[in-house]
Amino acid sequence: MQNKLISDATLVSNYIQGDEPSLEILIKRHKQRIFSFIYSKVYDRDVAEDIFQDTFIKVIKTLKRGAYNEEGKFLPWVMRIAHNLVIDYFRKNNRMPKFDNSGEFSIFSVLSCDTLNAEKAIIKEQVESDVRRLIDELPEDQKEVLMMRMYNDMSFKEISERTGVSINTALGRMRYALINMRKVIEKHNIILTN
Amino acid sequence: MAKLYSKKNKTEIVMNPRDETISFILNYSKALRVITHKNMKFESLQN
Repeated sequence: MQNKLISDATLVSNYIQGDEPSLEILIKRHKQRIFSFIYSKVYDRDVAEDIFQDTFIKVIKTLKRGAYNEEGKFLPWVMRIAHNLVIDYFRKNNRMPKFDNSGEFSIFSVLSCDTLNAEKAIIKEQVESDVRRLIDELPEDQKEVLMMRMYNDMSFKEISERTGVSINTALGRMRYALINMRKVIEKHNIILTN
Repeated sequence: MAKLYSKKNKTEIVMNPRDETISFILNYSKALRVITHKNMKFESLQN
C-alpha cells in the first residue's frame, strides 16, 4: 500500500541516487503492462521474456548513466523502449514468420533437403561402385549394351546401329545383363539401396 | 442485413514475466556500476 503512494518520478529519482529497492517497486508496478504489451506483439513467451529483460537493461543503463530526463513519464518511456526492441526483433528475423513446429503437423514431413548428408553420400558412393563392379563381371556384349543404355542414355535403336546388331538382340542383351546382375546380387546378398 | 465494419475489441492479453527474469534484472542493476571520468562514462559489472 505504501508503494502506491510513491510516484514513479520519486522512485526513479531515488533509484538514480542509489536506492535499489525503488527499481523493484517500479518493475513490480509496471511489469504486467509492459510484458503483456511485448507478448501481444511477438506471441512467444521466451522471446517476450528476452525483450522484457533487454528493455529493463536499457532502462537501468540509461538511469545509471544519468541520461534520463524526467520530461516524459516513466511508463510511456519504458513502453517506447520495449516497442523499439520489438521492432528490432522483427527486423533481425527479416520479417519472416517463424514456424515453431510444435503442433501435430510437422513442416519437415513435407520439406526435404535435396542434398545428401555425409552418411548418405558415402552410401551412394558405395552403391555406385558396387554396381560398377557388377557390370564389369558381365559378358562383354551385355556390358556394352547396358553401358550405352544406362550411362550414355542411348536408345535401343542407337545401340543397335552402334553395335551392328538388331534392336531385338540389343534388347535381349540388356535383359540378360539385368538377369545376370540380379543373380549375382541375390547370390552374394548385396544391398544396393540408399 | 447491414454489415458491421467495426472491429471487435480484442481481449487484452494479461501476462507477467517469470520471477527469474525479474530477479535477473534486479541483480543486474545491483551489479552495474557506471564510472565517470572526464566526461566519459564506463560501465562495469561487479558480481
